[in-house]
Amino acid sequence: MSVQLNINNKDYVVEVAPMKRLLDVLREDIGLTGTKEGCGEGECGACSVFIDGSVVNSCLVPVCQTNGSKITTVEGLSNNELSKLQQAFIDCNAAQCGICIPGMLIAAQALLDLNPNPSRGEIREAIAGNLCRCTGYMKIVDAIEIAATANKG
Amino acid sequence: MAVGKSITRTEGRDKVTGKAKYIDDYTCPDMWYGKTLRSEIAHGRIISINFSDSFDWSQVVVVDYKDIPVKNLVALIFDDQPLLAESVVKHVGEPIILIAAPSKELAERAIKNIEITYEAFPAALSIEESLSVKAKIFGDDNIFKHYTITRGSVADAFQSAEIVVEGSYFVGHQEQLYIETNGVIATTKKDGSIIIQGSMQCPYYIHRAIKEIFGLSDEQVVVIQTVTGGGFGGKEDFPSVVAGHAALLSRKCGHPVKIVYERGEDFAASTKRHPALIKHRTGLTRDGQLLATEVDITFDGGAYCTLSPVVLSRGVIHAIGPYKCPNVKINGSVVATNTPPNGAFRGFGVPQACFAGEMHMEKIAKTLGISSVELRRKNMLREGDITSTGQKLLYSVGTQEVLDTVIERSDYLSRVEEYKNPSDNKCRGIGLSFFYHGGGFTGSGEEKIKGKAAVELDTHGQVKILTASTEIGQGTKTIFRQIVAEELGISLDSVIFGDTDTSKVPDSGPTVASRTCMVVGKVIQMAAANLKNEIKKLVAQKVNCDISQVEIANGQISCPDVEKLSFTQTAIECVKEHGEIKTMAQYSSPPGIKWDEINYTGDAYPVFSYGADVVEVEVDMDTYEVKITKVITASDIGKAINPAMAEGQIEGGMVQALGYGLCEEVVWRDGKILNNRFTNYIIPTALDIPEMETILVEKPYPYGPYGAKGLGELPMDGGAPALVAAIANATGAFITEIPATPERILAALEAK
Repeated sequence: MSVQLNINNKDYVVEVAPMKRLLDVLREDIGLTGTKEGCGEGECGACSVFIDGSVVNSCLVPVCQTNGSKITTVEGLSNNELSKLQQAFIDCNAAQCGICIPGMLIAAQALLDLNPNPSRGEIREAIAGNLCRCTGYMKIVDAIEIAATANKG
Repeated sequence: MAVGKSITRTEGRDKVTGKAKYIDDYTCPDMWYGKTLRSEIAHGRIISINFSDSFDWSQVVVVDYKDIPVKNLVALIFDDQPLLAESVVKHVGEPIILIAAPSKELAERAIKNIEITYEAFPAALSIEESLSVKAKIFGDDNIFKHYTITRGSVADAFQSAEIVVEGSYFVGHQEQLYIETNGVIATTKKDGSIIIQGSMQCPYYIHRAIKEIFGLSDEQVVVIQTVTGGGFGGKEDFPSVVAGHAALLSRKCGHPVKIVYERGEDFAASTKRHPALIKHRTGLTRDGQLLATEVDITFDGGAYCTLSPVVLSRGVIHAIGPYKCPNVKINGSVVATNTPPNGAFRGFGVPQACFAGEMHMEKIAKTLGISSVELRRKNMLREGDITSTGQKLLYSVGTQEVLDTVIERSDYLSRVEEYKNPSDNKCRGIGLSFFYHGGGFTGSGEEKIKGKAAVELDTHGQVKILTASTEIGQGTKTIFRQIVAEELGISLDSVIFGDTDTSKVPDSGPTVASRTCMVVGKVIQMAAANLKNEIKKLVAQKVNCDISQVEIANGQISCPDVEKLSFTQTAIECVKEHGEIKTMAQYSSPPGIKWDEINYTGDAYPVFSYGADVVEVEVDMDTYEVKITKVITASDIGKAINPAMAEGQIEGGMVQALGYGLCEEVVWRDGKILNNRFTNYIIPTALDIPEMETILVEKPYPYGPYGAKGLGELPMDGGAPALVAAIANATGAFITEIPATPERILAALEAK
């Protein structure tokens, strides 16, 4: 089928099988490989993207359900300049192997969009659907907290 | 100054923008996809392999063991593991047939159209079944390797002991669970040479494995690491299997072939942490002085040897922990079972030994009725003391510092008293562990590897680091740049990290064993010192002074009677005149190191790192659910080259260790893993872990780069016993088998 998508503020029309996972469409048909697959069953959050403002595991979404939707991936979080959140992840050394980070950034951005001044507990809750095996989450929570502070300033 | 600063990650920008390219992000127009058909039984003979007539086999390429040109072998320690099964299969998940097809879907369909029938043999699925030789898997007795450590005379010492405490402990499998699954792309060139790109820790392990399978020379195999999404040991030896398979397919179909495992396949087929049964028998004086220790260790190696002897060796050496005991006997065996081969996982035998050893210290303290802190203080190794292998600890012994630090910061002794009287149905408890971890390879390992690394001055006046040590998230690229910048006295911007490509970098040895910073980092430092000397020599010639009068600092070169020169400008000129300048260095052992491989005595490691953990828990006495409420850890790592990254390593390792103790359990039926998914193999999320306090202790190691020792594995060692000790102190349930699930807590309470 033909699917219309607005991805990172750019319009696309793709010819794909209706049940193809949004994750695969993004990675294979559009060439945006920043979104990662960790488990393929919606448990790890590495494939998190925004669909019309909501955070979704793109491995669980057949592309036919997203026709006409606005999608934001990690590549859409910054233009030429890094977002405050991305900069905070760098400054706090929040990324180690980095494979979970695209999804983690999406989850964190979603939190900050709704709650610009979250507590550390609220941050932990917001990223509880995103598994990281490297960091123990401390520096990720630090980064999100600092990005929130930067927002206020 | 570059060393000791929390510099941000070299490849940080790529990792937060999605630009970092992992293996599955690569593609090329004529690329095919590989899939693996695996054994469904634990032990047996292949009777027939039937290819369905309803599938058009001309669309795909099929590979079996007969397609292997030279050796059907995954080259490692023993030559026992075939790359593809021939007639007998020894574990569920053992690879038998490979398929390559132009699309993943077609490859999957082909796999579904193959049917294998087996004659099932009896299978040995546990340590007990292996030892009773229920099935013959390796040799006549199923024992891959046995080690004994003997010091003094335990028999005599037990005679004089006032008290003897015995205990038996068991730990199960643990999955590394890197978030990026294993994957490679293999390309066979027309001349028969093979290029492997992929997710890996050890490019030269794959290099050797491919050479052996295909009978190729060093130059005919090129291995290139792509950005790697976590390893933790799981990508030490296993990628050789994936690479071998992809290369076979590529050779036969004539296309580059990508194999990237799905999670379920990766989990079911790849190596895990060895299960272990560990028994302690300890003789002491009534006031808690260790007199004699006997430890009996059995590891479950799985169906093939892989790295098991080396894992066992480390487990045996660390069996009694950082304590002095004059009379020691440690027996260790690793046995074969009909389960997927176990292999490297961060800690490498020590988390198993440490869980048993530290729980046993808790048991001793309870038996004697003394504080476990006092027991540990009384027996801890200090500078000048001698370990179980007879190694005299000459320097960098931070035992007292790490223990005192966590006891103070947690207010341990007051908490113990406070938690004795629970006020509601939530019991609180605090637990302690104290441990050490040898840095680098065991015994003469580093001397055999003789790791090499180089630095090269390029046409832009930049210094490029050439090493096979990989960046797998732990910060290799960043800390090596810091070391080189520091040694040369130049800015970090002037130092770049070269591609991890076996055609470009020397063999630095594998990225394992907490050796990257301590061992290879030192070699890098030496290579940089050599380069500095070369540059000084050239400058001295140029300005006509003595080499000793040339100094490089802060990115500037100074010599007498000449205005300060910019390092970069001078470097560009030097390269223009003399061509690229490359200096190499190679590992050499610190002075005085002696190791007896036969008797297992001597200096087991050049140096140890030391750690202590305190964990607090709250246990719901209705559901026996455990909530971890506090974690404090102190680590003596010699010197933190990059403190923020060191903390990140410790925090991440600690959470893996807490998962090991609390919830990570591989569930088996008939040799098959039932929970090979994120849905039912549970690792800690951000909500399962409290805020952690991470304290770095720096007792410099004179032969490490700027004093640095090993770090990567230490934080994996102590988390589980500290957690389980806290549960014991909270509830009275003394658990001897992890993970400490509610079921095990209930069982331990009922057994009281």
